[in-house]
Order: sequence, then structure tokens, then C-alpha cells
Amino acid sequence: MAKSSIKIRAKEKGGVTTVKTLITHPMETGLRKNKKTGKLIPAHFIEEVTCEAGGKKVFVAEMSGGVSKNPYLSFKFTGAGKGDEIKLSWVDNKGGSDSATAKIR
Amino acid sequence: MKKQLVAVLAISLLATGSAFANKKATDTTPEEDLKVYRDYFMKKFPGVPLNEFQNGVYAIDKVSRDSWEAIEEFPPYEPMIEEGEEMWNKPFANGKTYSSCFPDGPAQRKNYPRWDAKRKMVVTLPMMVNECREKNGEKPLKWAKGPITRILSYMAYESRGQKTHVVIPKGDADALAAYNDGKSFYFARRGQLNFSCASCHVESAGQHIRTDILSPALGQTTGWPVYRSKWGELGTLHRRFKGCNKQVRAKPFKPQHRQYRNLEYFLTHMSNGIEYNGPSARK
Repeated sequence: MAKSSIKIRAKEKGGVTTVKTLITHPMETGLRKNKKTGKLIPAHFIEEVTCEAGGKKVFVAEMSGGVSKNPYLSFKFTGAGKGDEIKLSWVDNKGGSDSATAKIR
Repeated sequence: MKKQLVAVLAISLLATGSAFANKKATDTTPEEDLKVYRDYFMKKFPGVPLNEFQNGVYAIDKVSRDSWEAIEEFPPYEPMIEEGEEMWNKPFANGKTYSSCFPDGPAQRKNYPRWDAKRKMVVTLPMMVNECREKNGEKPLKWAKGPITRILSYMAYESRGQKTHVVIPKGDADALAAYNDGKSFYFARRGQLNFSCASCHVESAGQHIRTDILSPALGQTTGWPVYRSKWGELGTLHRRFKGCNKQVRAKPFKPQHRQYRNLEYFLTHMSNGIEYNGPSARK
């Protein structure tokens, strides 16, 4: 089983769920050059991050090469409770993707 | 009585700062230095427990501490610890692993830097990692950044909680000379800006340099390797030594050069008793 690129934690307090996540991804802008060959390193970055809870999309982020390597995200939403499951997924410009689930604590 | 006088004199000299230039490194013993150092910083930052100095600026500034605590929930160095663990477990081409060089495991931080009496030099952990590689037919890793920081962060993580315990063996004149060499380097001014390490990290600890706060020297060696936001990646202690020297426009030494190893020997001794907490995140 491949290691997930997503670390995720979710806590609920007073009806508000706070999700924190660290995603491992190179987030290459496409503007950097390979020091040895002098060629451009092709762009490789996450384009969209989505979070679903109870089958509904509660968070969508559109990203570009402007976001740094290994992006860290934190967001809040209402309408879920402790023990509910959330699913975070991302898609990048090369068609790569990954997702992870976590229970709200 | 004489020892107390020396300590008081040394503290007042430290307080005025510049007078240290008139003292010779050999005037005080490592034990005396350790006490003077601790007293100075505990007095400068009252209420900060000794061990808390392992967190540098975040031990003395509340605002940056809040940001740092938020980052520590998902530390940026976490993926690198995992990479380091894979490196530790992966056999070399000859079938052996790092365990053959470190039979008691990856938690090695408490053992370095140390004085090697046979080789008459200070040996550091990155040195031992690369010697292990070369002994087993592998190419050594670059000292300042990249793969070496992965394995060092795994070893640092496993070593968390170990207390700094650098020993300057009594009766070994060469060891004491190396310690004093590091001490002299620390207090000597250098570069176009004519600052010593002490100018910023002893005299001006806690003060601002542009938008950054200068961390106190006490506890500065515990958290390596460090994920520095400025670097956007992990770096080793000697990488930072180079950077600091360049920042005062002095010509830096190469990482693991004897001068930096002696400096590390002196600087780490000053944090004796403080727990290792690497890898760590810094601005």
C-alpha cells in the first residue's frame, strides 16, 4: 500500500470543525531550472483540494504554482460532529491525485 | 571565594560585553564557563526554565511562540523524519545497514559532539554518518542540506529527551585546547560588520535585528537539524554557522571544518543539561 501524501487532523468544538492538513507535494512552478542540465523542471502542482463531510463538499481550494512545496492548510466548517468522517482529496496538473479520510475528534 | 570572584567578574564582564575581548579563553575552565553562561541567560530572561531554552526565540517571545506552536501541530519536518527512517533501514549495496556502525540504534544525539582522544579531534554525528557510509562502500553525503538532513532528523527525533552532555576530558590538554579554540572563535569579532557570535547571541539576545529576534546562545544546539522557513527545507548546524558568518560578511568555513567542529564542541557544552529536541522548526 503506497504511503499517503496527506496528513490530516480534525477537531470539533462548539459546532465548528477545524481541519488541519499537511500535504506532501513538490508544487513545482515550472519556472525552475535543473542545475545540472539547465533544462526547465516541468510544472507539477496541486490544482484543486476538496474536502467532503457527510457526502457534501465543505471546502474547495484552487491552487497554482504560487503555493509552496508541501502545502499546509487549515480551515473550519460547521454542520458536522465528533465521530463523523471527512475526506480530503487533491488533484494536480499532471492528473495525479490522492485522498485521505479522518474521523473528527 | 576566588571562584565566586571569578564568576562575578565574568558575569559583569559579560554584561558589559566588550570586555570579554580582553579575557583569554584559558582564564576560565569549562565548568566555570557553564555556570557563568547559565546564570547570565537565566538572569536576562527571568522565569524561563533552563530546559525551555531548547526552543530558542519561542522560549522568550510570546507572539512568535503562538505561530510556532501552530506549526508544530503539523511540523514541516515530519515527512523528512519518515524519509530518514527509510534511509536508516535500507541496506547499503554490501547488505549492511547503519545499525552495523551504530549498534545501539539511531538515538545517538547524546554522544556527539565528543572528543576523540585517539584521533585528537572533535567528532560530530554527521561525520560519523558519512564515515559509516564510506566504511561500507557508499558515497558520503553533502554536509549542509539534502539527504544527510533526512537521516539526521530521524536520529534526532529518536534522540528526543536525551540530555546534552558534552565532556571535556580532564587532563586532556588537546581536548581543552579544542574547547578553548571554539570559545575564542565564538567571542572573536569577524567580517566586515565586525560582529562576534556573542555580539548577537549573548549581548543582544532577545533584541531585534530588523524583523527577527536574536535567539539566546543557551540551548541553541539542541534542535538540529532545523527546518528553517527561510530555507524552505532542513539544514544542519554547520550550514547555519556558514550562514551566520556570511551574514556578518566574513568568509565562512566549509561544513565540518575543524574550526566549526571546535565551535560546535564549545557551543554544545554550554547547553549541557538541556534536552535534545530535534528536528525543529524555526523562522
